Amino acid sequence: MAALTLKINNKNYTVEADPKMPLLWVIRDIVGLTGTKYGCGIAQCGACTVHLDGVPMRSCSLPVSAVGNKSVTTIEGLSEDNSHPVQQAWITEQVPQCGYCQSGQIMAATALLKKTPLPTDKDIDTAMQGHICRCGTYPRIRKAIKTASTLMTQKASN
Amino acid sequence: MSTLSRRNFIKLSSLTGAALTLGFYSHGKETTIVKADTAESLGIDLNAWISIDTSGKVTITNHRAEMGQGSFQSVPQIIAEELEVDLNAVNIVFAQGNNAKYGSQITGGSSTIRGSYKKLLNLSATAREMLIEAAANKWKVPHSECYAENGHVIHKPSGKKFHYGELVQEASKLTPPKHVKLKLPEEYKIIRKPVPRQDTPLKTNGKAIFGMDKRLPGMLYAVVERNPRFQGKVKSFDDTETKKVPGVKHVIPVKTSVFATFREGVAVVADSLWAAMQGRKVLKVEWDDTGFEHLDTEQLYTRMNESLTKPGLSIRTQGNAKGVFEKSDNKLEAVYETPYESHSCMEPVNCTAHYHDDMVEIWGPIQGPDWVQDFLSPLLNLPKEKIVVNMTFLGGGFGRKAFMDYPHEAAIISKEVKAPVQVVWTREDDTTQGPFRPGMVYGCKGSLSKDGNITSYALHTAGQNMDHQWLNANKEAYNNSGSEGFLETYFRSIPNYDFSDSPLDVPIPVMWWRSVYASTNAFAMESFMDELALKAGKDPLAFRRQHLHDERYHALADKLEEVSGWKNRKKNEGYGIAITECFSTIVGEVVKVSKKSDGKIKIDKVWAVMDCGWYVNPDIIRQQVEGSIVMGLGAAITHATHFKDGKAVEQNFNTYKQPRIIDTPEIEVHIMDNEEKAGGVGEPSLPPFAPALTNAIFDLTGKRVRKLPFSLDTV
Repeated sequence: MAALTLKINNKNYTVEADPKMPLLWVIRDIVGLTGTKYGCGIAQCGACTVHLDGVPMRSCSLPVSAVGNKSVTTIEGLSEDNSHPVQQAWITEQVPQCGYCQSGQIMAATALLKKTPLPTDKDIDTAMQGHICRCGTYPRIRKAIKTASTLMTQKASN
Repeated sequence: MSTLSRRNFIKLSSLTGAALTLGFYSHGKETTIVKADTAESLGIDLNAWISIDTSGKVTITNHRAEMGQGSFQSVPQIIAEELEVDLNAVNIVFAQGNNAKYGSQITGGSSTIRGSYKKLLNLSATAREMLIEAAANKWKVPHSECYAENGHVIHKPSGKKFHYGELVQEASKLTPPKHVKLKLPEEYKIIRKPVPRQDTPLKTNGKAIFGMDKRLPGMLYAVVERNPRFQGKVKSFDDTETKKVPGVKHVIPVKTSVFATFREGVAVVADSLWAAMQGRKVLKVEWDDTGFEHLDTEQLYTRMNESLTKPGLSIRTQGNAKGVFEKSDNKLEAVYETPYESHSCMEPVNCTAHYHDDMVEIWGPIQGPDWVQDFLSPLLNLPKEKIVVNMTFLGGGFGRKAFMDYPHEAAIISKEVKAPVQVVWTREDDTTQGPFRPGMVYGCKGSLSKDGNITSYALHTAGQNMDHQWLNANKEAYNNSGSEGFLETYFRSIPNYDFSDSPLDVPIPVMWWRSVYASTNAFAMESFMDELALKAGKDPLAFRRQHLHDERYHALADKLEEVSGWKNRKKNEGYGIAITECFSTIVGEVVKVSKKSDGKIKIDKVWAVMDCGWYVNPDIIRQQVEGSIVMGLGAAITHATHFKDGKAVEQNFNTYKQPRIIDTPEIEVHIMDNEEKAGGVGEPSLPPFAPALTNAIFDLTGKRVRKLPFSLDTV
């Protein structure tokens, strides 16, 4: 057990945890933010994706001790009121079915759009292929990323 | 999601006249709509109900599970239509398990809408008429001069209006009318519209509470090391190292009911899930694996193939298929194989239970809360009302979460450790422990007349029968759902047919998997139709049309032909078609394939046409069709469960590979508009995908795929 200070969604948390505990379980079971999901535990499905200084990471396979001073963003940190353009686009295109994987999908899409504001179909497929959706919402994820891209570019030019 | 006690709610609001609450009272085959206070005074239980309070807020119970299929949206959409309220004014509460009140709650067989839409329409129209009557009484004007709109009753001649909330007190004193007039489809304002789902915003900001997100004060977490073979026992275990792991509180053996058998394991209970997982890693268990077969996939399929050589149980016959086939000089035989599959919902199986004071409260991703009560009552020796089952959102269900083993496991662990417990199955547990979709082998025989009509058709299935797993099951009886997806489509135009089954009796637990038997039956049925069409020298779509028996099917085939451009196929494109009916819905799909520059096959596009009769929300239908096709794609080309030495081989997504965004073709969905009886929506688009794909591959390459899964890269 060790006392660690984590910056999650711009808030500092001091947690007592086994340094080997993956960040996922610290976020869910100690900090109590349950929007980040467990899917496979071996970085195969992307349900646990969070941002570490803006970079998408599989929190199920990242020991909490490796986070250091980096800033963690979870789905709750994107926006609580669904005001983020990617969340808006997800609602517009009615992407979620069961919804379980969508936190991870949204975090990956947000990171993609930050790096590549106008992604091609190929950019989208490449960036999102690490994420499994058993409900098969992939066609709508493609659409929603394009919609979010439009929303974000409009916002930037306003 | 808040849950509130129905009984307390009614007592608080209805008896004080502060609400109009209506529900169904079912007696025998009759259903009557009654008010809550009437029900209370007669001591009868109301089924699914709606309630309008003095502020005009409408609360309805959703008696079915929300696992992605959209019942969270479509049930209120039906109610808002006839009640004449804004959909956003409707508050939805998940019902607790109670089939005496709600009727069957099992969310399966694509039954939520088709099973209850007429009752829901009547219920909401009854409430509306009572509110209009109340307003007419207050104004002392004829009922016919008033109408309801957007939560108000309006007096047409004067323009006066009352808010529903102002009328509930008066309305709750009225007797519900026996007959109400329902809207005609052309009058619908909310039904048939692609209204956005109300659960969507909860699923884009992390607020939706799934089973694994349930938290209770003092809750412990458990993982269970279960015998990797399905009927093995725990011989002994050594928890010395486990108990040294900080946070581990208890290590206990557990024995869970799985159909007529048991699953044995050892639970590690800790103050965090991580600690429980660490404790499990160092747990040593010795298993007793005697008394049942340790099978390999090869043995299973050898047995199924062998059983096709002997007569099976007769499902349905007409004429003399055998005689006609033997005498025919224009005939065909083929055998098809489909694999065992894991459900692999994105939310792995989990359940939270709190056993206390001779009762148990359960929360979880559960498809059939009433089934959990029925199943656990004798096992826990508790009356059903002492088993309170709460549904959370389900991170996928697909049939897996209709099985009751995991609530049982959570309940017995909570009872043993005397604390609320959340039991989480790791992805590996979820992938390897079943119940699985059964693997199947199909023997098909068909003969043709000179003009290309089918003169005889025989289909012999071999595989595990889900109904045969229960204690004292009649293994000579045929399970009717086993023929889902192949009996309806063509048989009325075939003079001689014979459907038979050879059940396989092995110790692997099997369970419904999205579209159940149709998910595999359609592959054999629609592949063989293609082979027969070729043998008859006919176009596969024309050959099917020739054997389809009614207008509804013909309209669907025409639509599919038109939207897919079937007649204008280009030389380097392969087109395949399949049409299946299951859960009272017909779906036809056309898949287009071509070759990439490296010669490997790619899927360019899928067209799907669904005829589900009366329907609620076209966008939810599109979601379900798209999702079913992607899931069908997985079962066709990316994953299968194999067994070796009695254990499942594939353990996680690295070997049980899922279709991904990059594998997903463009999907175009069309819905037939008619007023036929409502059919299912969540499942029926899955079955036709695999045969439409393999038929397209044959069209392009001349290679016939008769075994799933296969690789697009090596076909």
